[in-house]
Amino acid sequence: MSDFVNGFWSVYVALITLVSVVGCGVLLWTQSRARTNAAGETDTTGHVWDETLQEYNHPLPRWWSWLFYITVVFALVYLAVYPGLGSYEGAFKWSSRGQYEGEMQQAEAQYAPIFARFQGQDIKAVAADPEARKMGERLFVTYCAQCHGSDARGARGFPNLADNDWLWGGEPEQIKQSIMEGRQGVMPPHAHLGAETVKDLAHYVRSLSPDKLAHDAARAARGKEAFATAGCAGCHGPDGKGMQALGAPNLTDSVWLHGSSETTVSETIAKGRSNKMPAHNEFLGEAKSHLLAAYVFGLSQGDAKK
Amino acid sequence: MDNQATYNYKVVRQFAVMTVVWGIVGMLVGVIIAAQLVWPELNLAEWLGYGRLRPLHTNAVIFAFGGCALMATSYYVVQRTCHTTLFAPGLAAFTFWGWQAVIVLAAVTLPLGITSSKEYAELEWPIDILITLVWVAYAVVFFGTIVKRKVPHIYVANWFYGGFILTVALLHLVNSCAIPVTLTKSYSCYAGVQDAMVQWWYGHNAVGFFLTAGFLGMMYYFVPKQAGRPVYSYRLSVVHFWALIFTYMWAGPHHLHYTALPDWTQSVGMIFSLILLAPSWGGMINGIMTMSGAWHKLRDDPILKFLITSLSFYGMSTFEGPMMSIKTVNALSHYTDWTVGHVHSGALGWVAFISIGSIYYLMPRLFGKEQMYSVKLMTAHFWIATIGVVLYIASMWIAGVMQGLMWRATNPDGTLTYAFVESVKATYPYWTIRFIGGLMFLTGMLLMAWNTWKTIAGAKAYDAPVLAPAGHHA
Repeated sequence: MSDFVNGFWSVYVALITLVSVVGCGVLLWTQSRARTNAAGETDTTGHVWDETLQEYNHPLPRWWSWLFYITVVFALVYLAVYPGLGSYEGAFKWSSRGQYEGEMQQAEAQYAPIFARFQGQDIKAVAADPEARKMGERLFVTYCAQCHGSDARGARGFPNLADNDWLWGGEPEQIKQSIMEGRQGVMPPHAHLGAETVKDLAHYVRSLSPDKLAHDAARAARGKEAFATAGCAGCHGPDGKGMQALGAPNLTDSVWLHGSSETTVSETIAKGRSNKMPAHNEFLGEAKSHLLAAYVFGLSQGDAKK
Repeated sequence: MDNQATYNYKVVRQFAVMTVVWGIVGMLVGVIIAAQLVWPELNLAEWLGYGRLRPLHTNAVIFAFGGCALMATSYYVVQRTCHTTLFAPGLAAFTFWGWQAVIVLAAVTLPLGITSSKEYAELEWPIDILITLVWVAYAVVFFGTIVKRKVPHIYVANWFYGGFILTVALLHLVNSCAIPVTLTKSYSCYAGVQDAMVQWWYGHNAVGFFLTAGFLGMMYYFVPKQAGRPVYSYRLSVVHFWALIFTYMWAGPHHLHYTALPDWTQSVGMIFSLILLAPSWGGMINGIMTMSGAWHKLRDDPILKFLITSLSFYGMSTFEGPMMSIKTVNALSHYTDWTVGHVHSGALGWVAFISIGSIYYLMPRLFGKEQMYSVKLMTAHFWIATIGVVLYIASMWIAGVMQGLMWRATNPDGTLTYAFVESVKATYPYWTIRFIGGLMFLTGMLLMAWNTWKTIAGAKAYDAPVLAPAGHHA
């Protein structure tokens, strides 16, 4: 569809709007003067439909006419002071963008110092500050809980932030980087290895877990060989302990981001996975990210283990 | 020759009975999704999930229940006030079967997840084409009957029915414009904010014409008939009819306040929504003032109770609507359950009540009876439905205002006081009350079904003789 950028449309829209608003008032005015019965008179218009249907012709209720006129006048005043007539800005120069920017500036002026106070401090120190933790929690339930859950324990495909297992590193600065710049974890698909090899690999990966997951020893042995040759070790390391620089999960612990069933692990291997933590710097700014990093760091430091 | 002829009541009977049937189906689905909000575990399968059933509910109550009520009454009213039989009875029969086919197709495709994703216009393009065919046939029958009328003047009810039929045709054609990809998938002709604007131009006029103008047509026939009094003011009818149909066209942008829609469009939507207050109330005044001199009839006539209460709800929701269209109010009410409450004070209080009253008036007359099987049951229906509506809208008002206030509450450091999930948790009690209110409304419909069954079972279909126009110009 067109974008109607030609200046003609502004005039067109403004004219039609004005004529329409005024037209409502004119309709009311002319009809108020049209013939009606005098008060108290009870003659009908003389038409009869379907045996009994008739119409009186009482005058328009005066209070109702006034209500109508007032809305018309209000509309005209509104159009004079607010944007409504095409590209005319209105006497108040109000715009929704201006209102948004004004409110954001005001909020920035009012709240920025509160957050700036913590930005200068070491993340570990902030994490130990009860007031900062409270503020961090409020930010977390607003911006992070949608994926990671109100209790930060994650969900399938979304990492648990309250344990001490880290895909991209659990040092304060690493957490802050994850929040500000985001992370993109990609497990490439390996269906080309063939269904049997995928299954062997799944059995091997399950055998690595300390949870004693059921697996076929022969398949696991074949899977171990494939693990070294098919490229798995490149990211997950020869011992399967993962690599935080790439966000490649440790396969030898009992944390399973997407699930540990044989079917799920096979699916992960065959079809791959793509996980995205969005970047928040532009949206939240460094000060809030700093506070959030401290909150998330604090979650895995003892008191959150309860 | 017309004196020997009878009115075509067959199609009216068909639509009237299906009004009751689809009313129960649509409201049952409504009660199910209301329960799903209270007990999320009731989302048993994907095709029984809230997301699939919600459009089924809205389509069933608006287009199946409301649509059948409109077609039943308009076919009845246009014949009787034109003193002639329906034009093109074959086409009229087609509108019945075609419309039922549309409803059944909706009931199959929506749970399957086949949707254009346009609110209140979710049906995919092949069904849209069927709707167009049925609607054109409906218009031909209706306006054909107007053309062959035996009285010079067109009764006010027919202005409203006519306006509704013409405008819904326009709305449907413009908004449903899409490029088909497969039999079950299409893409809208419009993109981005223009798509949103077309959608809400359609959406609000669906309210204005499908759910208002058509039902005002119903009001202008059944209120004076049942009250036995002349319409209060012909002049008021003229002013509020033209002002209403003209102004509604502009109001759609108030659904898109504080979005990517340009400010000027939002302003225009808002001021015309405010101007709409008086034209809407014109209809309410004309209906309620028609009762003067007949108020005593309200005491023991449940049909009048339904009709007059519907006008009260109409007046209330058409006051609430303009208020909610004011940007600052909308900033609080938008996206909350207040909107849901507003819609239902219109849909249950106004649309359903006036339809129920009108169908109670029609049903015995279509089967050669004096009255419904049980007046007591009608009265019970009225009270249980009234309490149900009040519970529904009061709980949604409180819930909506509470949600709006919770969402905007901030702490001294600028963070939000409440996480979204806290507002969800706080709403549970009100969702439970709403569920109970909806359940009561549905119970009332079941009473209606029983009453209808007892009235028509064994009764013979009756077609009244066409009346010669009474009286001449005074």
